Amino acid sequence: MINWQWTAKCNMASGIAKWVSVMSAPAMGTTKTAHSDLAPKKKKGPGALATAYLVIYNVVMTAGWLVIAVGLVRAYLARGSYHGLYYSIEKPLKFFQTGALLEILHCAVGIVPSSVVLTGFQVFSRVFLTWAVTHSVREVQSEDSVLLFVSAWTLTEIIRYSFYTFSLLNHLPYLIKWARYTFFLVLYPMGVTGELLTVYAALPYVQKTGLYSITLPNKYNFSFDYHTFLILIMLSYIPLFPQLYFHMMRQRKKVLGHAEEYKTE
Amino acid sequence: MTRPSLTSDESFRTLTAKMKHYEVEILDAKTKDKLCFLDKVEPNATIGEIKSMFHKSHPQWYPARQSIRLDPKGKSLKDEDVLQHLPVGTTATFYFRDLGAQISWVTVFLTEYAGPLLLYLMFYFRVPFIYAPKYDFTTSKHWVVHLACMCHSFHYLKRLLETLFVHRFSHGTMPLRNIFKNCTYYWGFAAWMAYYINHPLYTPPTIYGEQQVRMALVLFLFCQIGNFSIHIALRNLRPPGSKTRKIPYPTKNPFTWIFLLVSCPNYTYELGSWLGFTLMTQCLPVAFFTAVGFIQMTVWAKGKHRSYLKEFRDYPPLRSPILPFIL
Repeated sequence: MINWQWTAKCNMASGIAKWVSVMSAPAMGTTKTAHSDLAPKKKKGPGALATAYLVIYNVVMTAGWLVIAVGLVRAYLARGSYHGLYYSIEKPLKFFQTGALLEILHCAVGIVPSSVVLTGFQVFSRVFLTWAVTHSVREVQSEDSVLLFVSAWTLTEIIRYSFYTFSLLNHLPYLIKWARYTFFLVLYPMGVTGELLTVYAALPYVQKTGLYSITLPNKYNFSFDYHTFLILIMLSYIPLFPQLYFHMMRQRKKVLGHAEEYKTE
Repeated sequence: MTRPSLTSDESFRTLTAKMKHYEVEILDAKTKDKLCFLDKVEPNATIGEIKSMFHKSHPQWYPARQSIRLDPKGKSLKDEDVLQHLPVGTTATFYFRDLGAQISWVTVFLTEYAGPLLLYLMFYFRVPFIYAPKYDFTTSKHWVVHLACMCHSFHYLKRLLETLFVHRFSHGTMPLRNIFKNCTYYWGFAAWMAYYINHPLYTPPTIYGEQQVRMALVLFLFCQIGNFSIHIALRNLRPPGSKTRKIPYPTKNPFTWIFLLVSCPNYTYELGSWLGFTLMTQCLPVAFFTAVGFIQMTVWAKGKHRSYLKEFRDYPPLRSPILPFIL
C-alpha cells in the first residue's frame, strides 16, 4: 500500500498547465484518498451521468477485489498452505490494480474532487509494485511477502470501493465508514512491510541480470541503474510512510472523532 | 479670513483631505486582532510608508514580508498606492498577512546560477570522487566536450551578469523557501547533465556527427544573442527604479523582431539555446532538462500573455505566448 506523497519540496504540475504546491494535509490516506469523506458539505456534485458512471466503476472494482479475495481463500483451501497463492490471483490482480489508473482520469476530468498529483502517485506506486517488481522479477512471486501486501491491498480496496459506492448513493453505513478509518491501522503497516520485503527480495536478481538498466557507453549518453533505483524507492518509505499514516490517524479522529472523545474522557 | 473659492469638486476634496490626518488601524487578516494603530497619518502617505511604520511596532515583520489589503481575502495593495486615493474613510482599516521570510530576487538568481556554473566545471575538470580514480583531473579527448563546457559556462555567466546589470525586477523579494526549490532544480540538473557529458565513456554525436555539432552551435549562439537582445529591450521599456509595465515592441535590433509574433521571446530564445545544446551534446539528460524547462516557461509565458491582454486593450492580436502561432 505504498502511497507517494510529495510534500512542499515537490512542485510538480498537477496538470501541465499549473505547478501546484502539494501539501501534506489533503488526500493522503493510503489508498484512501480524500474523495468525499474529508468535507461532505463541500461535495461537488459530479452530475447525474458522472455519478452513475462512478457508481458502476466503484461497484466493478469492489467486485473485482472480492474476486481476488475469494480466489486467495479458495487457493489456500485447495493447497492447504499459504505459499505461492500469488499465481492463483495473478491475472485479476493485474487487471483490477491497473484499472485503478482510471482514477487519475476521474480527478483530471473533475468528477472526483481529489488532486491529480496525489492520486497519480498513489496509483502509480501500486502499479509499479504490481508490474515493475512482482511481474518483472519472477523469482519473488513465490515469496510470502507478496501474499502479505496482496491481502492488505485486497481488504483495503474492498472497503475503500464500497465506501465510495455507498457515499455516491448517499447511503453510507456507519460500519463501512468505521472500517475504512480503522482497518488501515493494521492494513497499512502490513502492506508496507509486504511491499518492502518484496522489493528487497528482488534486489539480487535485478543486480545479477541488469534488469531495466542502461549502461554507458551508448549514443544517448544516459545510464540508469534499476538496482539503485529500487534501493532509493525503499528509502523513500522512511519519510513518506509516517506522514501518510499519521495523516490517516488525524483523519480518523476527525471523521470518527466524537465517539472516541467521549470514550477517552 | 476669506474662504478660498471652490472651483471644482476635486480641489475641494484635496483641500479637505489636506486639512485632515488619517487614522490607520491594521488588523490580522485571519484572527482580526488589532495589531497596530497609527494616528496622524498624512493623506498622501503611501502603503510603503505605512508598512515602514508598522514595521517599527512589529520589528519581526519587515516591509517585504507584509501583505496589506483592504479585504482579508483580497489582493495585496501596492507599495505605491496612496492612502487618500484608496476607497477608505478617514479611519482606514487594513488587513495584514505575513508572507513569510523573504529573500531578494537578486540573491536567489545569483545563487541558483552560480551553482551550475561551478558544478559543471567540477565535472569538466574531473574532480576526484566523481568518476573512477584513474580519470581524476584528466580531460576529455572529444573537442565537443570542450565546446559544450564553453557554451554552458558562457550561458550561466551571461545569466549572472544580466542579473547584476540588466534585469529590472518588479518585485524585490520572493518567499525564502523558493531558494531551496530553485537551487535543487538548477544545481541538480546541472550536475546530472555534466556527469554524462564529461564522462570518460561519453559518446559524441553520431547521427550527423560534426555537422550536427556545428549547426547546434550556430543555433545556440543565435539564441543566446536573441535572448540577450530581448532582455535589453525589456530593460529599456522601464526607466531605472520604476515598476511600470509597457507593451514591448520590435526595435532596430533584428533579434527583437520576433516580438511581432511572440509575447515572451526571451523564453522562445531560451528554448532554442537548450535545443542547440541538446543537439550539440546528444545527451538524454539535457533533452529532459530542455523539456522540463520548456514546460515551465510555457506556463510562465501563458501567464504573462494573459496579463498583457488584461492590462492593455490594444495588445497586438497576432502574438502567441511562446511559440509563433502554435503555443
